[in-house]
Amino acid sequence: MQERVIEKAAQLLESGACARVLGWKTGEFFYDVTPAVFTSAQQVRQEMVFSPFCGANLSKYLIAESRKEGKVGVFLKPCDSFSFVQLQKEHRILRENVYAVGVQCQGMSDIEALKALGLRGITAVQAEEDRLTVSTLYGEKTVALEEALSLRCRSCKSRALHDCDELIGDQGRDLDTDRFGEVARLEAMSPEERFAFWRSQLSKCIRCNACRNVCPACSCEKCVFDDPNSGVQNKAAADPFEEDLFHIIRAFHVAGRCTDCGECTRVCPQHIPLHLLNRKLIKDMNALYGPYQAGSDFDSKPPMLTFTQEDPEASIITEGRGIQ
Amino acid sequence: MQRIGVFVCWCGSNIAATVDVVQVAQALAKEPGVVFATDYQYMCSQAGQDLIGAAIKEHGLTGVVICSCSPRMHETTFRKTCQKAGLNPYMVEIANIREHCSWIHKDKPTATEKAVILGRAAIAKVHLNAPLTAGTSPVTKRALVIGGGIAGIQTALDIADAGFPVDIVEKKPTIGGKMTQIDKTFPTLDCAACILTPKMVDVSQNEKIDIISYAQVEKVQGFVGNFSVTIRKKARYVDESKCTGCGLCTEKCPQKKVPNEFNLGLDTRRAIYIPFAQAVPKVATIDPDYCSMLKSGKCGVCAKVCAAGAIDYKQQDELITREYGAIVVATGFEPIGMDKFDEFAYAQSPDVVTSLELERLMNAAGPTGGTLLRPSDGTHPHTLVFVQCVGSRCDGGEKGKPYCSKICCMYTAKHAMLIRDKYPDTEVYVFYIDVRTPGKNFDEFYRRAVEEYGVHYIKGMVGKVTPQDGKLKVQASDLLGGRQLHIDADMVVLAAAIEPDKSARPLATMLTASMDTNDFFTEAHPKLRPVESPTAGIFLSGACQGPKDIPETVAQAGAAASKVIGLLSKDALTCNPCTAQPDELKCNGCSSCENVCPYGAISYIDKPFRGPNRTTLIRRVAQVNPAVCQGCGACTVACPSGAMDLQGFSNKQIMAEVDAICR
Amino acid sequence: MQMNQEFKPTIVAFCCNWCSYAGADLSGTNRLQYPANVKIIRIPCSCRLNPMFILRAFQRGADGVILCGCHPGDCHYTTGNYYARRRMTLLFSLLDYMGIERQRTRVEWVSAAEGAKFAATMNDFVDTITKLGPNRRLEDLRCKSE
Repeated sequence: MQERVIEKAAQLLESGACARVLGWKTGEFFYDVTPAVFTSAQQVRQEMVFSPFCGANLSKYLIAESRKEGKVGVFLKPCDSFSFVQLQKEHRILRENVYAVGVQCQGMSDIEALKALGLRGITAVQAEEDRLTVSTLYGEKTVALEEALSLRCRSCKSRALHDCDELIGDQGRDLDTDRFGEVARLEAMSPEERFAFWRSQLSKCIRCNACRNVCPACSCEKCVFDDPNSGVQNKAAADPFEEDLFHIIRAFHVAGRCTDCGECTRVCPQHIPLHLLNRKLIKDMNALYGPYQAGSDFDSKPPMLTFTQEDPEASIITEGRGIQ
Repeated sequence: MQRIGVFVCWCGSNIAATVDVVQVAQALAKEPGVVFATDYQYMCSQAGQDLIGAAIKEHGLTGVVICSCSPRMHETTFRKTCQKAGLNPYMVEIANIREHCSWIHKDKPTATEKAVILGRAAIAKVHLNAPLTAGTSPVTKRALVIGGGIAGIQTALDIADAGFPVDIVEKKPTIGGKMTQIDKTFPTLDCAACILTPKMVDVSQNEKIDIISYAQVEKVQGFVGNFSVTIRKKARYVDESKCTGCGLCTEKCPQKKVPNEFNLGLDTRRAIYIPFAQAVPKVATIDPDYCSMLKSGKCGVCAKVCAAGAIDYKQQDELITREYGAIVVATGFEPIGMDKFDEFAYAQSPDVVTSLELERLMNAAGPTGGTLLRPSDGTHPHTLVFVQCVGSRCDGGEKGKPYCSKICCMYTAKHAMLIRDKYPDTEVYVFYIDVRTPGKNFDEFYRRAVEEYGVHYIKGMVGKVTPQDGKLKVQASDLLGGRQLHIDADMVVLAAAIEPDKSARPLATMLTASMDTNDFFTEAHPKLRPVESPTAGIFLSGACQGPKDIPETVAQAGAAASKVIGLLSKDALTCNPCTAQPDELKCNGCSSCENVCPYGAISYIDKPFRGPNRTTLIRRVAQVNPAVCQGCGACTVACPSGAMDLQGFSNKQIMAEVDAICR
Repeated sequence: MQMNQEFKPTIVAFCCNWCSYAGADLSGTNRLQYPANVKIIRIPCSCRLNPMFILRAFQRGADGVILCGCHPGDCHYTTGNYYARRRMTLLFSLLDYMGIERQRTRVEWVSAAEGAKFAATMNDFVDTITKLGPNRRLEDLRCKSE
């Protein structure tokens, strides 16, 4: 897979089909992979990677890149392609300036998951089919890919690649994984327990804004939290409640637009399960207003931008009847 | 920093009895930015207004807070006061310390404390107010009337009479509507055609009125004063400008078996037809569903006999786009289908008819030439049973309509009376739930039916009608007599409920005009603005707004016309300045706002912005048409980036009020 | 704060201009009592209520926030309250999910004719919040000491 991706990227640049290619390159460590823009085939062959650590969703970068001179090539995993479609729906990406290559994905790994398996001194990881070959200071080990999956990939919603010009690997289908189990577990708790849970989680927040900066839905020209005129502008606060507000407002702002790509939780340096806020909203919207998946098509109206006369009243929440 | 003046009204004792107005003025005088605070007995009186005006000038006020009654009462008054004193009228905020404070609290310290807080909130808001200027938009001096029934005709005539051009769009080949099918009208019993057809002729001869018949509205854009409407004029396969209406083609056409909709299918017409003798425009129309020339290319008889050469088998639908300043909806009603009322045997027996069918059976131009005959065997009926409220006043709404159709009581009395008058040998029974006769000379009319004409009025519903041996066995209950009745009837007449025309719902969507759950158009105010839709520039005429008889329809048609004339006589319209405004620098161009705007006030443009390093970035940004925006604020919340804000109710203003209340 | 002092909650009521604000006016006209804790903010339509305003109120010390608007189907702007209904349902559900007491928020449809309903709603809401006690969970304590 890695060879095919890199070859494709090099070819797009060599043929002149694209002026730039969005891909991934290794950072400080081999598992520390970051998004990168490549402008020459040589650069691609030297630096580009497609490893089990290429979790980063590249679609957000297209907002800026598709507006620059010349065509931009991009590699999209299935979950990234949902964001790609959603951003087009919001008129954020100039599709005609993008050459999208869909890359099928078996799930991305998490270095923490590997360490949790007891592996120490890891120096490299190679993916082969559904297995990972892990080189360590103490020799080579093989583990099943499934065991090393990152948290979000364990509840992958779909392997379908949306709106790609070309595919590497096969087209996939929607998966029937349990995405909302954790949300349901929280819902079953008492309000005091839930409050304690969220306070313990959100009080870890250092307001680094990584969740916002990585989120494809959080791509406003100017964020309300940076805007002194919005009335909610603030930075890291001394009090944990301020963080509550930040995360509630953020979750609400992306409601109906969040594709559940899970980037927020992946990048959180404090390991706050932020996706549980977004998934709660998705779960509620599905239950109240019918199934909806942001970024799965170009035509459907997001639930927050439409209504039916028969919608349930807010009293189902405030009177404690709950969402069935 | 604003220079704010605070004016606390006593409202006589209405406020002052429960709120210590002096203390309120003193407390508010200490708020930041307040340079003047006073109290007065009646702020809305001339002396009070003079006091405000003088203070504005003397203290150079830039903002005014009035602690008084509800802004719904006197906001406009105080805005005008300030405007006269040279202050922008939108620099005024009202703290409602009467309806929301003095009138609902008894304890003076509590009420006073609350009044201070409400005053503070208003002061906090005024600090963030900005002077607003109402814009203007021009008015296209032409009206569109949708529907050419008596409502549309009357509206168009009245508008044209005031000198404004009017177009009538009618979906049928002729104008006239339901009234053309009615035989006589209550309570005067004059013939409907005799009073309607002259009006139809007036319309056709009026130079200001353009009839676009056999046509439907396809698209509506724009806003009050500036509508652009696309009308699909269906191909009638006859050149209207050449056809003389001689009717020869309608006699020679070999396709004779087409159900005649004008007579509700009680007889037939040809494939090329003129609906009735007095049709306007009096031109023939080919029915493409039955014409063998159009279907198979064989025939062509009409073209051969037409001396004027008006037949055009290749005619296409035509799209007409015109500009209008006002639109009147006059789409009218239709009787509901009887398919859910099996108990009355409507589907089984041709002798069970609806009231509108009976009109045709009694009309001189109808299928029987005006002699009342049973549709099944053409014999004279001797016993007739009328069933009232068929589908009207139905609970649950599964089968019929929850509302009263309003006209049935009177037309049934009319039918019963006419039949008894013309055929004294008949027995006529009317089964009713209630007889409702509000209207001039209506109750007298009904009583004549009972007292002079001997119509049997029986309170109770008909349970079942069974066709048997050429008779209709009617099973009914007599509630007042407390007995079951069995009547062998020759004919049963059903007073079918009426409902809005099927075309109304899609039309309402195009017009962004609101409807109630029964698909009747909603008026802007049920009492005070009965002929206007809440959507500016859209007016309501006739039964599209609710069941109506002819005099009511004509009255409402005239009222709608006068509203249209009022609008069209203006050269420009003043817009509400409290509209949404996007901050282009923050706008993502994501279309969220456009999706929730009920008025279609938002559009997008690609606009160049300065990018980094002297580059130019083209960005899609929202634009609000202030003439269309009504200021609801739906877009401001839908906007993810907070780029959309509402003037007069901005995010910062509302949050300042929140802060002032919670501090 | 003294422990024995009676708790008087701060309640913010957002009322749409056309129905509920008029309904509140009517309850005044009819002299129908409800506690002075309730302070009304006039907004043009229930759909103008940004969830941020509710959070802001709680942050600044409100103990309860209620939104009143026209009954569904009666919105002056045709559709505004339908959007408000979805927004509020989801916001309240999210707040509940985060452990904020669900009773602190409410939506009530009050027409311009329902002065009695407005007063009754406010009485009931104040009663509920008084029993619930002060809002501690979302209040930003720093703002109080300023």
